[in-house]
Amino acid sequence: MDELINKRINEVLQGNQDAFEEIVLLFQHRLYHVCYRMLGSREEAQDIAQEAFVRAYSNLHTFDQKRKFSTWIFRIATNLCIDRIRKKKPDYSLDAQVPGTEGLDMYSQIAAADELPEDEVERMETQERVQYEIGRLPEKYRSVITLRYMEELPLQEIADILDLPLGTVKTRVHRGRDALRKQIGTM
Amino acid sequence: MTKCPIEVVQYMHEYLDGEIAPEYERELQDHLKTCGDCRQLFDELNGTVTFLNLAQPLEAPEGFAAGVMASLPKTGRRKKTGAKRWLRQHPMLSAAALFLVLMSAALFSSYNTNEQFSVTMQPNLVIEGDTVVVPAGEVVKGDLVVKNGDLRIEGEVDGNVTVIRGEKYMASTAVVTGNIEEIDELFDWLWYKIKTAFKGLKPEKTEPPIDE
Repeated sequence: MDELINKRINEVLQGNQDAFEEIVLLFQHRLYHVCYRMLGSREEAQDIAQEAFVRAYSNLHTFDQKRKFSTWIFRIATNLCIDRIRKKKPDYSLDAQVPGTEGLDMYSQIAAADELPEDEVERMETQERVQYEIGRLPEKYRSVITLRYMEELPLQEIADILDLPLGTVKTRVHRGRDALRKQIGTM
Repeated sequence: MTKCPIEVVQYMHEYLDGEIAPEYERELQDHLKTCGDCRQLFDELNGTVTFLNLAQPLEAPEGFAAGVMASLPKTGRRKKTGAKRWLRQHPMLSAAALFLVLMSAALFSSYNTNEQFSVTMQPNLVIEGDTVVVPAGEVVKGDLVVKNGDLRIEGEVDGNVTVIRGEKYMASTAVVTGNIEEIDELFDWLWYKIKTAFKGLKPEKTEPPIDE
């Protein structure tokens, strides 16, 4: 697999733009899926996943062929998703405590803001509900949970993609799971 | 749940990550048999994973790849970026080249702008227009540098003589104890500049080695 990809990459670098299409076809579904889980909208997922491929093409000469291409392209895509999520949120520190509350930080505020009435949640079909719950996770948990459970990637690969220490990824997976447990606890 | 060891929750997550050591797994299982609260927490966490696994993978829509290919920058651009890429990949060489360009620019400009006539002033020199004369019978002590002018030596110079962009005439009576140098061309000028720069760094006189 990696051998084939590197062969195509070298063809692209030599000026054969068409060789890039095969790379796109190999990764389009996985990249689109991750973007959809992170962003929660099909239009945005398509937009960002396509942008990720265009960026990969423009920076292909910087890709180290000794490494895994999937890690590299996932990194480009998740960075774009995280940027997009942050742009949508107002500019304040998420870790700051809300004044006059105990243990409540901005994460819980945002989650509360995104929350739908209970009966509406009850009426959701399964797929909708799964996406709704993932979308309520804070961004730093959402990215690891998506890569772990939607893409079923090993923890070390997630660490490489997000450029985080392995320990941090583990902690975020644990906390993400726990946050989800609390969210769906009433099911 | 206050009575439960703190590690138990950690073991649950390690179990869910598939990274638990066998002895801890046994410890976890033993604890779950005795503790209802932890069993509930463990079931809920397992349920969360099951819930996540319900998510069905989505496929990119039709025309996704074609859309990417249509928005790629045109291939012609790659050639142009070749030089830029080279510069980016060889930062040290680029810096050295830039340094040389700037240095030579500075040297050339000083070559071109120093048009005015100048001479190291020594007593008993005679200046006739643009010509410096060491009169017959006179001894000039020290080095003599003439820029943009001619030099006529009829007497004696006790030192080095350098003429930059000028002519040098030696009468039959002329005596120069040091080196005589005429600098006309650009490369001579550069060489002279570099040499003088290095001379400034080295000690002027070297002590003869002392043998016993």
